[in-house]
Amino acid sequence: MSITPGGICKPGTTISNKTGGWRNFRPIYDYDKCTKCKLCELLCPDMSVLEREDGYYDFDYDYCKGCGLCANECPVDAIEMILEEK
Amino acid sequence: MAILREADKDKMTVVEGSYAVAHAVKVCRPHVISAYPITPQTHIVEELSQFIADGEIPNCAYMNVESEFSALSALVGSAATGARCYSATTSQGLALMHEVLFNFSGLRLPMVMTIVNRALSAPINIWNDQQDSISQRDTGWIQLYAEDIQEASDMIAQAYKISEDKDVLLPAMVCMDGFILSHVYEPLVLLEEDLTNEYLKPYETNYKLDPKNPLSFGAFADPSSYTEFRYLQQQAMDKAINKVEEAADEFKELYGRYYGGVIDTYMTEDADIILCAMGSIIGTLRDVVDNLRSNGKKVGLLKVRAFRPFPAEAIKQAVSNTSVIVALDKNISIGLNEGALLTELKSILYNTNLNMPVIGFSIGHGGRDIPEKTIEDIVQKAENVIKSGISHESEFVDLREDLI
Repeated sequence: MSITPGGICKPGTTISNKTGGWRNFRPIYDYDKCTKCKLCELLCPDMSVLEREDGYYDFDYDYCKGCGLCANECPVDAIEMILEEK
Repeated sequence: MAILREADKDKMTVVEGSYAVAHAVKVCRPHVISAYPITPQTHIVEELSQFIADGEIPNCAYMNVESEFSALSALVGSAATGARCYSATTSQGLALMHEVLFNFSGLRLPMVMTIVNRALSAPINIWNDQQDSISQRDTGWIQLYAEDIQEASDMIAQAYKISEDKDVLLPAMVCMDGFILSHVYEPLVLLEEDLTNEYLKPYETNYKLDPKNPLSFGAFADPSSYTEFRYLQQQAMDKAINKVEEAADEFKELYGRYYGGVIDTYMTEDADIILCAMGSIIGTLRDVVDNLRSNGKKVGLLKVRAFRPFPAEAIKQAVSNTSVIVALDKNISIGLNEGALLTELKSILYNTNLNMPVIGFSIGHGGRDIPEKTIEDIVQKAENVIKSGISHESEFVDLREDLI
């Protein structure tokens, strides 16, 4: 991908720029507690909460920056933030 | 060498410098003008405002804004839609635009802005020097300096041609000395509308803000690509050197008027002393050179038209046989005690086999008059440098010792 004059880009180019590497804490679902209330999906600022066919959710770790907003807001504490380690 | 405009006498009229510039802007068919009035730029935007009110600039919006910062910011958005944009400012107004100047050039948007050069506060002073535009040296804008009002108005068309060139795409400042040029009435040829239609084609770009074809402008560049943006701007500036020459040559062919390309020279071929300067002081220097030549002194004049891109190669060629170079600067870098031309001239000659001395004089600050006698004294000092070497590399001119 070469630079256009002034760095003008087509829409949606953030897809090619994977930002998950910025993450310090990784959110993990506890599906036994999850009630499928949808709050995490609605609140995620990076559209990194993806709905599965069974109505539960997965995180898209390519883009999740680990902000922890979902874990903080989850009404049933079904999301745990785990320190990213090598 | 500049072509004196004998052939145009029948087309000449007497107008104020600001009117000539406003008229030139009008015939360049801008789409958006945004500016905030500030002395000594005010007459230009007043005239443009009147043209708009009289319906003389079709398909053009004049945006009233609350500051120079807003004026240029509004034009960032306008230029991104593919509009041809114009503004004018000076001094504190240009300083207030500082942040947006980088945005304009970094986004590689073309536009032309007249800088009516004026001193900066404090102490507050509305008169001419070139500290304002020189202080914006590294913003990535092309900077052209005009000698007289004919050149300042003709330069508007040249600047659009250079700025909008696909290999350049950088905004351009056309700098003219405040009051000395902006408020002077002189005979000149108003920029010809028919010729300008031929000279300046409509600005076309593949990249523009358009809801039907959405694009992101002003995206983020992290350390993995920011360097390349700066590199590409530098490359565009390098290409602009030839474009300045081409724009001047094409202008000469079509309009019959020529003021030099990136530089202009006057009697430099056999000169022992070359005076180097920018802007309206060139007119005074031409007269001094004539006088001294008639007394047998081999003095020449190097007019720098393009300060950015800096015409290093053209200058090196022009000065290669001289004994001393004298830079006259209406600006100063306080703490280095050098004007910008002195600094640049020394820097381009270093690492070459050209070893002639370069001296500089800080002159005309805050509108201080520059009489011919002052230049003659400077030439005398340059003669002393040839005889006995440099005693002062850079100094203030005509200091009033009674005030210090």
